[in-house]
Order: sequence, then C-alpha cells, then structure tokens
Amino acid sequence: MAFEENDVALDADQQMTADEEALLDELGIFGESRRKFLGQLGGVGLGALVLQVLAEEKALAFSDSETAYVAPAVENPVTVSFTVNGAKKSLELDSRMTLLDALRERLGLTGSKKGCDHGQCGACTVIIDGRRVLACLTLTAQCEAKSVTTIEGIAKGTDLHAIQTAFIKHDAFQCGFCTPGQICSAVALMQEAKNGEASYLTANVRQKTGALQLSDDEIRERMSGNLCRCGAYPNIVAAIREAHTGKATDPMAISQMEVHDATV
Amino acid sequence: MRPFKFTQAADAGSAVQAVSFNAGAKFIAGGSNLLDLMKEGVENPTELVDITRLNLTQIKSAGGGVSIGALAKNTDTANHPLIRQDYPLLTQAILAGASAQIRNMATNGGNLLQRTRCSYFYDVAMQCNKREPGTGCAAIGGINRNHAIFGASDKCIAVNPSDMSVALAALDAVVKVRGADGKERSIPFTDFHRLPGDAPEKDNNLQHGELITSIELPKSNFASHSYYLKVRDRASYAFALVSVAAALELSGGKIKQARIAMGGVAHKPWRATEAEKVLIGKAATEENFKAAADAAMKSAKPLEYNKFKIELGKRAIVLALRRATGKA
Repeated sequence: MAFEENDVALDADQQMTADEEALLDELGIFGESRRKFLGQLGGVGLGALVLQVLAEEKALAFSDSETAYVAPAVENPVTVSFTVNGAKKSLELDSRMTLLDALRERLGLTGSKKGCDHGQCGACTVIIDGRRVLACLTLTAQCEAKSVTTIEGIAKGTDLHAIQTAFIKHDAFQCGFCTPGQICSAVALMQEAKNGEASYLTANVRQKTGALQLSDDEIRERMSGNLCRCGAYPNIVAAIREAHTGKATDPMAISQMEVHDATV
Repeated sequence: MRPFKFTQAADAGSAVQAVSFNAGAKFIAGGSNLLDLMKEGVENPTELVDITRLNLTQIKSAGGGVSIGALAKNTDTANHPLIRQDYPLLTQAILAGASAQIRNMATNGGNLLQRTRCSYFYDVAMQCNKREPGTGCAAIGGINRNHAIFGASDKCIAVNPSDMSVALAALDAVVKVRGADGKERSIPFTDFHRLPGDAPEKDNNLQHGELITSIELPKSNFASHSYYLKVRDRASYAFALVSVAAALELSGGKIKQARIAMGGVAHKPWRATEAEKVLIGKAATEENFKAAADAAMKSAKPLEYNKFKIELGKRAIVLALRRATGKA
C-alpha cells in the first residue's frame, strides 16, 4: 500500500485502495482538496496513515471477527426501560452511562448536545416527566419507567412548537450548538410560568399567584442555566418573550432591541 | 468515571444496610453533584445505591412546623404552599442556588451533602486535605478569593456551597437521619456540618451509611420579615461570594428575635450569633443593622485574596436586614 518516494499526487489519487478512499471521504476531503492533500502528504504516503487508523480502530474494538459491530466493554450492565419522545425503549448499558450518552450514542438522538458534560452549560437540557433537567448529570440507570422528551420530540410532526417558531423568527442563535438545550429549557419554562412557580426575582414569594407574566429580567433569571457562547441572549429573550406573551414583535424593530443594563 | 455496581434500593432500611456494609458505597439521589465529582475522579465509589424510589418526598405540617422529605426535589420544596407561606426565606435561598434544571434534579438531602466547589478540591493534580487527607492544602497559598473568612484551619479553607443550608441554619432546622441499626437520630442544623479542624475530609457529622430521611422546620415567626441575599460574580447561576439569610421577629417596634446566617464564608453555614445579640431588643433601624454587621464580621480572619469579603459581608448583612424589614 505504501507509495514510492516519487509518486505524484494525481497518480496517488488514482492508486488509492478502498480503505484509503473511505478514509479520505470520512475526513471530508474531496476533489481539488483531495489532490492537494495527497500532494502534501508526499513521501509519508497515505498508506501509513490508513494503517495507523485501522490499527487504532482494531485496538479499540473487540477481536470477535464474527460480529459486525461489537460494543465497547460494558461493565456492571443494567437494563433500563423508558420512554423517549413517546417511543418505548429498552437498553442494556454500562451503569456509568449518562442519559446524554445513551441518547446520542445508543439511540441516535444527537440533538441534545454535549457542551461541558459537567452541568455548567445547559446544552444537554431535556425534559423528564415534565421537568427540565441536565442529561449529562443523569444516570440512564435511574431513568427506569421515566418519560424523556428531547429536542427531537418538541415539534408535533412538522408543526413546530411556538418556542421553535419564535427562535427562527428572532434569529435566536448563531452557531446553534446551545439551541436544542435553550429550546427544551424554554418550553419547560413556559409551563413553570403557567404553574405560577417562583424564582429568585419573585418580589413576594408568599403571595399566591396563578399563571405568571414574566418580565425580561425574569426570563433571563429563569434561563440562566443555559449558556450561549455566541451571545445570542437578546434574541433568545425576544423569542421567549414572544412565545410566552403570545404578542408578535418585529425582530428588526429598534424598540425591541435591548440595551444591556449592567445594574441588573 | 470508574466502574461501579448500581443497586436499586427498595426501602430505607435496605438502602442503609447496603451502604453501611460497603465502605466504597454511596447513596445516589439527584446525582447532580456526585456524578460531576465522579467524572472528575474526585469521588470514586465502587457501588451506588439509588434511593430515588424511596418514599421520602413528603412536605407536610408536623408538630407546629413542617417536615420536608430528604428526597423531595429542591424545586418542589421551594414552591410548596406551606414553605412559600411560612418559610419564604427557605424558598428564596433554594431559588438563589444553581439553575432551574439542577433544582429540578437536586433533592433536599443531597443539597445538604453537596461538596465544596474549591477549585483545588476539584483538581486531582493539586494538594487537598479534603480530597486526600495529609497531602496539604494548595488553596492556602493559592488563589483563595472564594475561600473562608471564619472557622478555617491550617488544613482547609474551603467553604460550603449550599444556599439552602444557610436558610436552614437561620431557621434552626433539625436533620433526621437513619443508621444501620434502624434507629433514627436528630441533629440540630448548626451541628450537622463541621468546621474543617484536623479532619477536613469530613464535611458533616454523618456516619458512613447514615441516611438523611427528613429535615424538620420548627414553627417560625419570621415569615413576615425575612430575606435571603446572595452576592455573586454574575447575576445568576453562580456560587455565593457572600450570602446572608436574615430573619427578624418584630414586636411593638422592637426586634424580639433575630437570626443571621451567612454563606460563602465558612466550611459550614455560619450563624452570626454576635450580630443576633446586638439586634435583640433594639429597633429595626439602619444604625442598629450596621452595628450588627460590624459585630458579625469582627472575628473574620481573611486570607490574601478574600479581604473584600469583610466589607462585602457587612454591606450584605445591612441590605438583607433592610429588605427583610421592607426598607429597600
């Protein structure tokens, strides 16, 4: 598989094995850039790279050649049956596996994001039995008989949730990585406001209340567990305000743009 | 995360037995602090005993006060009508902590057992007597801006991170625990957490395997005049630099009873009893609030980077008392 010292890139491209083709596809290197890449690789040879990648893959996998897919070692297996976005699921998994990893790695639901994996960013927010929680700090083993809703289950078919529609209208994201968590969190927040639940900003927690109309400061306080490194906060607040109040606002209107108040 | 055996406990008795007979076992409820520590390699239990299915979620009137179950969620506790009406200080303190997501996960018992957020405790490459007894304390000569100004030792200067516990200290709560012998015992809240002394690895006075079953709140006359003030580096979702739970009972223009507890200043929720003494029998005036604040901070021993906590603490006490009496 190794190339001779003097092989040129264009020739190399034509001489690639299936493994090498697959590797470059996986790396996302196509066309012109593929030829350039091979040219730069020069004397080292793609073959060496392929060999190394294959060796690593083999080292990571179990050596049972009869099985097409062999999961990594499962220690202390637990069986968990629960509902995800309305569908019943039953998994056998390592006792260590968090709900976030089970959703992403076992159920293919990659909408919930792994931001910090330490409960500091909120990107993994999902809703369990009606309450927003952090999937990265939830053991799947503790989810027996629970009902989990992820970002993939927020819309009803092609009908978006009001929060989703408002996020699009108000451009409430930039890179989008925190967005699934922001949306799950905001969907739950709407219900908490309907329930009249208090926050640290509630003026008098002794006062009995019905459904709450949240101020922008209240929305910020209640969404403080979801960080956005692009800083799309003004638009996130605008989107939640619109969905929460039901009053449509023009995302381009100057009056809707917020001036950050450092004293809050 | 190290491998661990996962055990589902059917009742309190079997949960206590399971943990008592395995020195490497721990209870898990909400898991929001424990799992984080396990990912960091700070905690390495060989077995987790899941107690979330135990019937300890009650919040109910009991003996003139209220009994709150160890496994009731922080959110449900803060929003329960009995707590909002009679213990608004506790509602405020719980809601000042963490984020909505974490309060939905965290249980009351777990909140009391959360561990310090001292960055040297979290970093397994650093010396820490709390994490590894006898290795030393990297925080003492390190960046100790967030650390204790009261009750620290030459072994540990960490602070307790809980907001809820500060309110419970002010309210003279009692923690009920169940041991391996099946018997329950009651621990007054101010005796529940420890000062570091020579054994900072012990955050509290629980024995291994003892399970918190409930927190008992005595009858309170503070509901009309209380406030939980939290000062932090950002407006929300941050641990306290300093926090103050202030509660007064006013009668005929005079302060009949006073409770001041502080967070972010010591290895345990810090009752400022000197400040309380200053207030009793006096009028609820700015002048008396300032005198109480001075008394509270008199015994403070700051470190290199946290001297600011003394002035901040004084101002926080005055502001909390003002808000408790509806003056600000």
